[in-house]
Amino acid sequence: MTTSPETAPAPAGIPDLPDPRSARCPFDPSPQMRGLAAFGPVFRVRNWDGKTPWVVTSHAEQKALLSDNRLSVDFAAPGFPSPIARHGGGEGESEVHGEAAQDGDNHGVTDLSFVGMDDPEHARLRRMVSGVFTIKRVEAMRPAVQELVDGFIDRLLDGPKPVDLVQAFSLPIPSLVISELLGVPYGDHEFFQINSKTLVSLTATPAERHSAHTALVDYLDQLVGERLGNPGEDVLSRLAAQVRAGELTRREVAVMGVLLLLGGHETTANMITLGILLLLQHPRQAARVRDAEDPEVVVGAVEELLRFLTIAHLGRRRTALEDIEIAGQTIRKGEGVIMLGELANRDPSVFPDPDRLDITRDARQHQAFGAGTHHCIGQPLARMELQVIYPALLRRIPTLRLATELDQVPFKFDAVIYGAHELHVTW
Amino acid sequence: MKITVDEVKCCGAGQCVLIAPEVFDQRDEDGIVILLDAAPAAEQHAAVREAASVCPAAAIHLGEEA
Ligand code: HEM
Ligand code: SF4
Repeated sequence: MTTSPETAPAPAGIPDLPDPRSARCPFDPSPQMRGLAAFGPVFRVRNWDGKTPWVVTSHAEQKALLSDNRLSVDFAAPGFPSPIARHGGGEGESEVHGEAAQDGDNHGVTDLSFVGMDDPEHARLRRMVSGVFTIKRVEAMRPAVQELVDGFIDRLLDGPKPVDLVQAFSLPIPSLVISELLGVPYGDHEFFQINSKTLVSLTATPAERHSAHTALVDYLDQLVGERLGNPGEDVLSRLAAQVRAGELTRREVAVMGVLLLLGGHETTANMITLGILLLLQHPRQAARVRDAEDPEVVVGAVEELLRFLTIAHLGRRRTALEDIEIAGQTIRKGEGVIMLGELANRDPSVFPDPDRLDITRDARQHQAFGAGTHHCIGQPLARMELQVIYPALLRRIPTLRLATELDQVPFKFDAVIYGAHELHVTW
Repeated sequence: MKITVDEVKCCGAGQCVLIAPEVFDQRDEDGIVILLDAAPAAEQHAAVREAASVCPAAAIHLGEEA
């Protein structure tokens, strides 16, 4: 990884961000951050852009802060500690031009719908769509998801091996589920997958990110237009009805559609891939998931895998709107705060022996979906998909194994959402 | 036990519904918590405490006696 030329060396004692996971322990948080967490729950870091925000490492403090409205998610705030580093191919600063240059710190994207807004605006928009993800509605989708998953496994078994599980299984399933729920034609999946990949990449330039986001918003806008005149049962139709009622603008719906489409597949896909990989590394625990008669065993295993992997790594990022005291440390108004969920999820005061994968532990307190105000809206859906997928794959292909060595797996050290680019498996 | 829920803080995660379905439900339109029973019988108390601690929004508050 190259450091950008415009940043001076970090002052002694202040660690740098981003701080990647170690390739030797690809399932564990960055060793440096772990080490520092032992000295206290709050400390300063130096972000790639030269700012010196605070990192919060403990479970309790993170959970409290994520419900605290003195912290803002507005990525255009001057102190906001952006995760998006500008590097790759020596481009960097000079790439910022035109419209993208005015986009504050989020490099090319101005509007991410409610994930980038504070209450009350956030709550107004979120509650237009949160009813889609109630436990009852998600449960009602379970049989259809089971059927879809079984179909994919049939095709795996009929197809060539070894096979890349990411392309043949992990990516298309959540992508199909969210497309169908929203009402986005799955036939267009190449288009939206390529553009979402650009948006979650840490190495895309601002201009690339801007055009990927614009292409997605225009695409969703066209679908919303169709639903205005010809509504169906899907989420876009539900939101289009709010446009007709004057509650939402067409653009608000299009941008929200992009957020749901994006949030709905990269994340779940990476969780499928890494969860299976991790279970393959722990054959006795994999056998428990495979042979479980009690569905609660699978539910518990999914929670533990979510905790252990924390794929939404690199932190929930916020800016203090007032002075805030955290664990005896004063965070000044305007300073950035980064809550590292991967460390909250290894906090030994909540999860004894936290570095041990143990699918029998009670892991439900994990923050793999964040916490508080912006807690993942899609989590009941993601949980249900994972509860269906892990046991189904292990049962139908009991001899499933990696077709390469672990150290040949291309992990996504360079992405906002952790995962693996490819996972070659055989049986 | 006296339960109160904070509808403003609730993020509609439904964890409470999974753990204590006799005490909590979700509104159909936006998934926000509905308190079915603010003073549940003793056999529900353990589940309610669990729901309060798992709730990702810390939106469930427990008072001992009203
Ligand atoms: C295993 C899969 C998933 C993981 C690990 C995950 C993780 C997260 C995390 C950590 C947040 C909090 C962001 C923050 O506090 O800044 C979040 C928010 C969000 N997620 Fe997920 N997510 C997953 C699946 C999904 C799915 C399936 C959907 C869509 C259907 C989705 C849509 C969203 C949305 C819209 C938000 C923003 C919520 C808000 O700002 O109020 N996610 N997710
Ligand atoms: S668990 Fe908490 S956030 Fe979720 S529905 Fe219940 S009260 Fe609301």
